[in-house]
Amino acid sequence: MSTNIADYVRTTLVRRGRWGIGEIAFWLIAAATLYFLPERHLILNEIVIIGLFALSLDLILGYAGIVSLGHAAFFGLGAYTAGILARDGLTDPLLGLAAAAIAAAILGFVTSFLVLRGSDLTKLMVTLGVALVLGEIANQASWLTGGADGLQGIAMGPILGLFEFDIFGTTAYAYSLTVTFLLFIIARRIVVSPYGLSLRSIRDNPLKARAVGIPVNRRLVAVYTLAAAYAGVAGALLAQTTQFVSLDVLAFHRSADVMLVLVIGGVGYLYGGLIGAIVFKVLQDVISAWTPQYWQFWIGLILVIIVLAGRERLTERVRTFWKGMAGRTAKTLPKTSAREV
Amino acid sequence: MSFPENAVLTILFDGIAYGMLLFVLACGLAVTLGLMNFVNLAHGAFAMAGGYVTAVLMNRSGVPFLATLPLAFIVPAIIGLVLERTLYKRLYTRSHLDQVLFSIGLVFMAVAAIDYSFGSQQQLIQLPGWLQGRIDILGVQVGLYRSFIIVICGALVVALQLILTKTRFGSRLRAAVDDPRVARGLGINVSLIFATTFAFGSGLAGLGGALGAEILGLDPTFPLKFMIYFLIVVTVGGTTSITGPFLASLLLGIADVAGKYYVPSVGAFVIYTLMIVVLVLRPQGLFERAR
Repeated sequence: MSTNIADYVRTTLVRRGRWGIGEIAFWLIAAATLYFLPERHLILNEIVIIGLFALSLDLILGYAGIVSLGHAAFFGLGAYTAGILARDGLTDPLLGLAAAAIAAAILGFVTSFLVLRGSDLTKLMVTLGVALVLGEIANQASWLTGGADGLQGIAMGPILGLFEFDIFGTTAYAYSLTVTFLLFIIARRIVVSPYGLSLRSIRDNPLKARAVGIPVNRRLVAVYTLAAAYAGVAGALLAQTTQFVSLDVLAFHRSADVMLVLVIGGVGYLYGGLIGAIVFKVLQDVISAWTPQYWQFWIGLILVIIVLAGRERLTERVRTFWKGMAGRTAKTLPKTSAREV
Repeated sequence: MSFPENAVLTILFDGIAYGMLLFVLACGLAVTLGLMNFVNLAHGAFAMAGGYVTAVLMNRSGVPFLATLPLAFIVPAIIGLVLERTLYKRLYTRSHLDQVLFSIGLVFMAVAAIDYSFGSQQQLIQLPGWLQGRIDILGVQVGLYRSFIIVICGALVVALQLILTKTRFGSRLRAAVDDPRVARGLGINVSLIFATTFAFGSGLAGLGGALGAEILGLDPTFPLKFMIYFLIVVTVGGTTSITGPFLASLLLGIADVAGKYYVPSVGAFVIYTLMIVVLVLRPQGLFERAR
């Protein structure tokens, strides 16, 4: 019996791990925009960065169930790390990325112990508090961060010593897209692994997960650290491609926005963040062209409507659609979902 | 470095006034968040509504300050009642994530709507003459307006405590919160109680916003700026009684005023750090026994 279940889990995971046609098409289209939409590369670059940021939030919210209102802490730390390195002469972009990822991962690791305890509300407050503390530090340490004026004088070297950043944002977009794609592959590999399964079971029922022998705390620490590193990379990409960092990267609205992005796209499947980023940015573009000062009102309204209309139902619909696109028909899979295995 | 004793007492006094104000602002949240377990990040929006009622009535219609205060209570209470009946009540049983998203959405809308209607500048109110200035009591500088706030808020605290512990409504509320199903079975109209409480809490927030416009400042970003303070009061204070949040607001008020006076360069840093430490060590709040 146990081998049957093990076999079943294995085949399910392998099947989930296969790339569907829809997914391949998604990335091919993304790559094609490098050639077909040259005048939109600046905004596409922003979309990709927000998408990566939302993806990292998805790792802890969608897969581990930690409600965070302070994810900007890691984004901001990554941005400042990469920005400060570049300002002080270490202009290699990849070095900056690595440093940002490590810095954010360390902060993520240390603060992860704070979110292990307490209710949703406590977690929410603690994550929010961490972001606020970081914001205060960045504000006060103006000799390092430039304070309220922002970090100026960032000059990036060419990527791998070959590709210079250009003013049309083409190199920047290609760079961000490549990094995001690579990180996406890793994340995808992780969530379809047994480790990813154990995360989902923790999200759905921490008590039961602990009872069946999953080391809940260790898993949460690991995924929180990983998500922090991802967010740090997203921040670093923003700093490097826009060559400017301001206190805005640590602001509360950034944490709120990324949550909104993820919710628009759908929580709990990796494309949610990326799709949400596209929809969010396009919406923001359209609304702020129409009413530049008050676009926040409409974003708020959309958020309220999404929640009232039933966020999960919407997500479920998108996800079913996505699965259909990916060529994985629901009929070939037994109805047992992963959380019951 | 030494400070005269009087300065210490003045700071203490200002801190108490500030803390009392925070309590009136946040006690509605203590009920929705603490008792009803609804994560309502939009609480500051009701406070802002009260503040704007007072500011607009005073500056545009010339209504005297005291006369605006009842309206600063009633208008947010009605808004709260309407929103509770139409929107909030659908979300009581939803996940915390949904509640967070919903209330953030409301905050964004409130901020933009106020910005659109009244502009993004600070709203200034002109206090009546008898509330301005400081007097000297036994060598301690005491602000008249702050004494006024302490008297009003102190009376409110006592009244709230009495309502919650001594009246029929209070015991019904506690019953409804403890176990809505059983309470309903006993014939208590739970949803009516929740609606009343929500409206009352919103009204109190509005009153706090009006009283605090002079001290805290009032502009469209008010709900976001003070959201964290309200949340600190409720989570640090714990939620089973109102004494916990009350003590927490006093502590927060005194710490904030003293911090700004003695170590202005550190800013709000200390408060946030302390909040994290308290929440990590005592997730159930400072003044409660662990469950």
